[in-house]
This record gives sequence, C-alpha cells and structure tokens, in this order.
Amino acid sequence: MAKTVALTGNAACAQAMRQINPDVVAAYPITPQTTIVEEFATFVANGKVNTEFINVESEHSAMSACVGASAAGARVMTTTSSQGLALMWEILYIASSLRLPIVMHNVNRTLSGPINIHCDHSDSMGARDAGWIQLFCENAQEAYDTTIQAIRIAENKNVHLPVMILYDGFIISHAITRLELLEDEDVKKFVGDYKPEKYLLDIENPVAVGSFDGLHGFYFEHKKVQNEVIERSKDVIVKVGNEYGKLSGRSYGLFEEYKLDDAEVGIVVLGSTAGTAKLVVDQMRDNNKKVGLLKLRSFRPFPAKELFDSLKKLKALAVLDRSSSTGSFGGPLFGEIRSAFYDGKNSPKIIGYIYGLGGRDVSLNDIEKVCNDLSDIVKTGKIKKEIDYLGVRE
Amino acid sequence: MKWDIKNIKNWKYNQHLEGALIPEAGNAEYYKTGGWRTERPVIDKEKCTNCLFCWIFCPDTSVIVEDAKIKEFDYDHCKGCGVCAVECPKSAISMIDENEFKKQENT
Repeated sequence: MAKTVALTGNAACAQAMRQINPDVVAAYPITPQTTIVEEFATFVANGKVNTEFINVESEHSAMSACVGASAAGARVMTTTSSQGLALMWEILYIASSLRLPIVMHNVNRTLSGPINIHCDHSDSMGARDAGWIQLFCENAQEAYDTTIQAIRIAENKNVHLPVMILYDGFIISHAITRLELLEDEDVKKFVGDYKPEKYLLDIENPVAVGSFDGLHGFYFEHKKVQNEVIERSKDVIVKVGNEYGKLSGRSYGLFEEYKLDDAEVGIVVLGSTAGTAKLVVDQMRDNNKKVGLLKLRSFRPFPAKELFDSLKKLKALAVLDRSSSTGSFGGPLFGEIRSAFYDGKNSPKIIGYIYGLGGRDVSLNDIEKVCNDLSDIVKTGKIKKEIDYLGVRE
Repeated sequence: MKWDIKNIKNWKYNQHLEGALIPEAGNAEYYKTGGWRTERPVIDKEKCTNCLFCWIFCPDTSVIVEDAKIKEFDYDHCKGCGVCAVECPKSAISMIDENEFKKQENT
C-alpha cells in the first residue's frame, strides 16, 4: 500500500534513496540540494541504510568517487546543484563514456554570476552534451518516482548510462507538497539487486578501466556507440515508466501531452512551469481557446521524432526555455525543437521564449501572454518576434 | 596477452568493449615507452654497491633486480628521466645521449 505524505521535494528524493539503499553515496552539499544529503546522512547515521557514505571535499571529488565506486561494481548515487554540477564537469563525461550507471539528482539552480541561488536550468543545460540521460520532473511526486525508475533505466543492460534527475530548486526542492511513497519492499523489488557484468572488484576476471586511447584513437568509435545507446534508451525509459505505472498507478514516458489532441496552438516546457502552464491551458479552454501543452520529460535522449509526431498538427508552437544559451539563436530547447521540424510539411510556426532566469517568477499572466502571441500568429500568419523574453524588466 | 588485438585498428565501432574496457589487468607493460627516451642510463657495475636506490626511485619500474642485485635496465620502458642517475649515491649511473649510443652501437 502506498502511503500519502507531505514532504519537500528533497525529502521525497531522500526517501527514495533510502528505499533504494545504494551501495555508495559520495556527495557534497550545495544549495538548494543540501537537504537531500543532510537527510540521507541521517539515514546512514541511524542505520536505516547500508550505504557507504563518502564525505568528500568537493563535487569534483564526489563524482570522481562515484566513478571509482561504480567501476568497482557498486550501485552508486549522488546529488548536486548548479556550481556543484559545474565542478563535476570533466568527470561527468568520464562517467558516461565508461558506461557507469550512476544516478544523480541535480536540483536545478542557475549558474553564477551574478551569484544567484534560485532556479533556472542553466546548470543542467550546460551538461547536456555530457552523455548523461536527463529526465526533468514537474513536482515532488515525479522527482520521487523518477529517482526509483532511474536506477532501472541506468542499469538496464541495453543502456548502462548515468542518469541525471532534474527538478526545480526551491520551487520543488523546498516546497512541501502531498505525494505518495511506495512501500519499502515494493521499491526494493522494483529496483532489484545490482549485478554488474564486468567490474574492478571481480578478481577472477580482472579488467582495466579508463585506459588511454589516444595513440591508436578509438574515441570516435566509442562516441558513435554512446549516441546509439542513448537513442536506444528511449525504449527503456518508456518500458520502465510503464512498469512503474503498474506498480504505482503513475505511468511515465518521454513526455506528457496535456490537452494537445485538438489543440491549435501549443506550449513546450520543462519542469515545474508545466504546473503553471496547465492551469493557464485550463483557463484558455474555458474560453474556448484550443491551447495544449507538452511537458518534456526526457531532454536527453532528445525524442525529436516523437515530439514531431506529437506537435505536427499545431498551427503555432511556443518553446519556453528556462536557460539562456548566450550567443545562440534562442534557448537550447527552442533550437532542438525547431530543428526537429525542419523537414516537416506544414510545420507549425515556432517561437521561443527565455523566461525565469535566476529564479524570476513565472506568472499566469506570462503564460497567457504566450498563448495570446500564438493566437495572433495563427490569425495573421506572421511572427512578430522569433525569440522573446518573459518577465524581464525592459 | 590474453586479449587478441592484432587487428584492432580495423575494428568497427561496435566491436570494441563497452566503455573502452580492457578485459585484462596489468597490461601497461605491453605498451612500450622506451621510444620517448633521448638519454639512456648506463651503469658502471664497478662503482655500484647494489644499494637499490635507483630501483626505489625509478618511476617506471625499469630497473630490473635479481637476487637483490641490479641486473639491468628495461630499455623497452625506461623513458630516460634520469632520476636513477641523480639519486645514485656512488654516481655509478651516467646518462648517455641516445643518438651517440646508437652511433657507437652501429660502429
């Protein structure tokens, strides 16, 4: 039986980690992720888990310790935010290229500067090319559920890739909401035992990990494999999401479609803004405006074809980016969605908005403005501004 | 070597092991680094007292010892760093220019 509780997003994720009971956690505290580590350290201290908890001096060391432990054959988790993720940078690529199924929360916080501790997606967007699976969550329930699924996705024999679980700093991490926790036994059964195939502590079958590849040069070949594997992981993400649905009543896929079936115009968002946007969609629907929403869950792998199929019937589409890829043509999500539509016939007009940077609140009015802009585009057939800002003081 | 990599340069991208793993350990010795050397250590066994300082200090385990005595240098792996020559308390090791050595060897 599931248990209904009131928890912050961080506390919910700490509970998921307790239920998973990983072999090793190496983590360093940083706002707004700190309370996950704090709470999990309490579980370790009180003997609620068997985890070897490694106190490290930095996030660079945290991820390095995770790589070592995972290569040794352990089930490994960690958590970070913002500058912490930035400090892990070089090791993120090592983890994915060694195909280590490390699972990490990144509680989304902007990257300085100016120094700012609030939410946007610039931290994880910076790591979008690091070869990790990246799953965005709308609320604490999704963050909890995705943590449990991430273990199965990462360790699937057709995947073997690290997974980053992303949820919005403070908005999700620190707000207390109602959610359901699964029974400890059900989580234990769902994640199962970790049985690595080749690992350093298997002394009967010794292996060398992380060897130098520079003179013969097989780097290119390994990158092609990584691209194929992460593409393949789409099926696994959906399969695990469905299986989790049977257990919990909450199924997950690559994205969630909200009132898109008969929609004329649509919005694509990541993370907690989907909650605000759903409310606006409902209000628009009350006024007979055919607005729909697509909440993208899997940013990596990026489901370009699936998104195209889901959104191709729209007349106009707005892509909301909570990060600014400075110097590029629009935000990262905008660029990739527009690229997915390049070969489509009768594709919707696509516009991009940068919003919510450094924790700037996104209001119902902001989303309404987006819907009205989209209606104007449908009426006039013209785009006034391809890339615009929401909520910046102009 | 247990791992057959004779044809590795022609392997297709999906023939390599997952995560660039090598299915055996302790194989660094197959990778010969002696070609990096510009100077080679040469030992004068008359002066050598077999204190084994060179063996302790060598970062590439290229000083071969047998029965607690210096036998020879492993020139397949010695990079010619010269630490042994500096640390030798009896100055029994000299660093010889590799080209000079080869010229002498040829004549």
